[in-house]
Amino acid sequence: MSIFFIIFLSLTAVSGLIGAAFAVDNIFAFHSWLTVFVSLAFLFWGIKNYSNKPANQKRYLDGVVRYGIIATIIWGIVGFLVGIVIATELAFPEANLFKEMNFGRLRPLHTSAVIFAFCGNALIASSFFVVQRTTGARLALGNLSWFVFWGYQYFILLAATSYVLGSTQAREYAEPEWYIDIWLTIVWVAYLFVFLGTLFKRKEPHIFVANWFYLSFIVTVAMLHVVNNLAVPVSFFGVKSYSLFSGVQDALTQWWYGHNAVGFFLTAAFLGIMYYFVPKRANRPIFSYRLSIVHFWSLIFLYIWAGPHHLLYTALPDWAQTLGMVFSIMLWMPSWGGMINGLMTLQGAWDKIRTDPIIRMFVLSLAFYGMSTFEGPLMAIKEVNSLSHYTDWTIGHVHSAALGWNGMVTFAMIYYIVPKLWGKKEIYSLKWVGWHFWLATIGIVFYISAMWVSGIMQGVMWKSYNAAGFLEYSFAETVAAMFPYYVIRTIGGILFLLGSLLMAYNVYRTIRMTEEEEANIETVAETNMPATNVSATNAAEPVVATTNATKPGS
Amino acid sequence: MDYEAFRQFADSWGLLYLTVVFLLVVAFVFRPGSKKTYDKLSQLPLRDDDHVR
Repeated sequence: MSIFFIIFLSLTAVSGLIGAAFAVDNIFAFHSWLTVFVSLAFLFWGIKNYSNKPANQKRYLDGVVRYGIIATIIWGIVGFLVGIVIATELAFPEANLFKEMNFGRLRPLHTSAVIFAFCGNALIASSFFVVQRTTGARLALGNLSWFVFWGYQYFILLAATSYVLGSTQAREYAEPEWYIDIWLTIVWVAYLFVFLGTLFKRKEPHIFVANWFYLSFIVTVAMLHVVNNLAVPVSFFGVKSYSLFSGVQDALTQWWYGHNAVGFFLTAAFLGIMYYFVPKRANRPIFSYRLSIVHFWSLIFLYIWAGPHHLLYTALPDWAQTLGMVFSIMLWMPSWGGMINGLMTLQGAWDKIRTDPIIRMFVLSLAFYGMSTFEGPLMAIKEVNSLSHYTDWTIGHVHSAALGWNGMVTFAMIYYIVPKLWGKKEIYSLKWVGWHFWLATIGIVFYISAMWVSGIMQGVMWKSYNAAGFLEYSFAETVAAMFPYYVIRTIGGILFLLGSLLMAYNVYRTIRMTEEEEANIETVAETNMPATNVSATNAAEPVVATTNATKPGS
Repeated sequence: MDYEAFRQFADSWGLLYLTVVFLLVVAFVFRPGSKKTYDKLSQLPLRDDDHVR
């Protein structure tokens, strides 16, 4: 730990003490004391392990990636578990046992845990892995990447505890209050510096397309986060703040943020994962690098305008609603272009869908990506939205994308990256990967089909009139009708969680694998067609990399 | 800028801007001689990645 970190941690400890001394509410006091405690713990550890010895610049900085992957797995399990708890609470309201586990408090805990903690850690860790390997350079700015990792975990801890204790600014996917937002801004700018710094010192002249996707995610999230969280705190020593915007401007700001959190956090950055890890695992070149460039620019130029589709039939000006709808429909093209580019990368290695469960996961994630990016624009059409909006159909759509695309592509990435990071030849059990695949897939199918049925039923019931022109159903009747689907949804979630627990154990066994065990584990046979065959059968097709085509799983 | 002017700017110059950007991107990737570059770049993730170059 350098002297800068020691000064920085002393400052955070002192500011925590000042915050604790003048705090006007209990949550702010608790977070202040937590800051003091955490700063001192890191300070103590840093001084004890103080070293001026420079790190070996010839090696990649992978320690932080290893921590990031472990954090991804742990937060994933927490997030899925909380999801099951709130799904149970919806089916059985008696399960709202005490105020700290009320649905209203646990719901943001679930969304933040899966989006920011699970997906966020997967993205930070994989971006650090990919940017080093595609630039041939070690992560820039010394140990700043470690600050990004621990600073981000501390953001998650502050956010999670504030929800459970009852503090929220009530903005979708941006519930943490002003002081937590400021902390995340500091961490995020450090992340941007590490990523840009590594790109600046790259040995490879070309910036690989995955890095463009990651960079767009980092830059756009910084912009969205700062603008959406512009607020005035009631006191500098209290949690409560008020948004700088009001009325429909506030609503549009929130959904400009909210939809681009989907567009850049859950889509662009995960496409970065796709463009590196799918070719890597399949040992095939990207289907069309040209398409990847058109894909990138058209995706980021279109996504940023799609937010207003969350506010159809509201006080938002009609032309802005139409704009959001039109841009959403246009998004079909880059989304499907990207999906096709990912799937067709398997050209010449289609047999791996059968032989390699990790490739099977990548393919399923891309199939779900295609399906949910078809469904999303469909639901953004005003006529469809008049049926789907405010119903469970939306929840089903979100989960087909989040569980099917983000979840599956992250799991596949983890199964590929863990043996790489811990120097093993393959994951401990490919058979368990197959089990995970089916547990998760069946879980998702339970979940989304239940939500489609319940959502459309709910929408139709709300729109039913009787002969006298009155509403056919009371609201409570629509809620009661959804009970069986809520139970099915919970079962789907449990299956999905079981799969992720199996993954955690598989990763644990991989890390602790002895040499003897490693000699006996199952691997995927390298069945690529030789380079000559491919180029002979189709001259227009990119040729196989000959440098490492014989190395399994490389 | 009032509401009407903003709306008109969005559906005229805004539309033109995005269309031109898209056409430029497509023209750029199909520039002469780019096929060889892109065939090489599509292999970029596959090379050996165990140590800093």
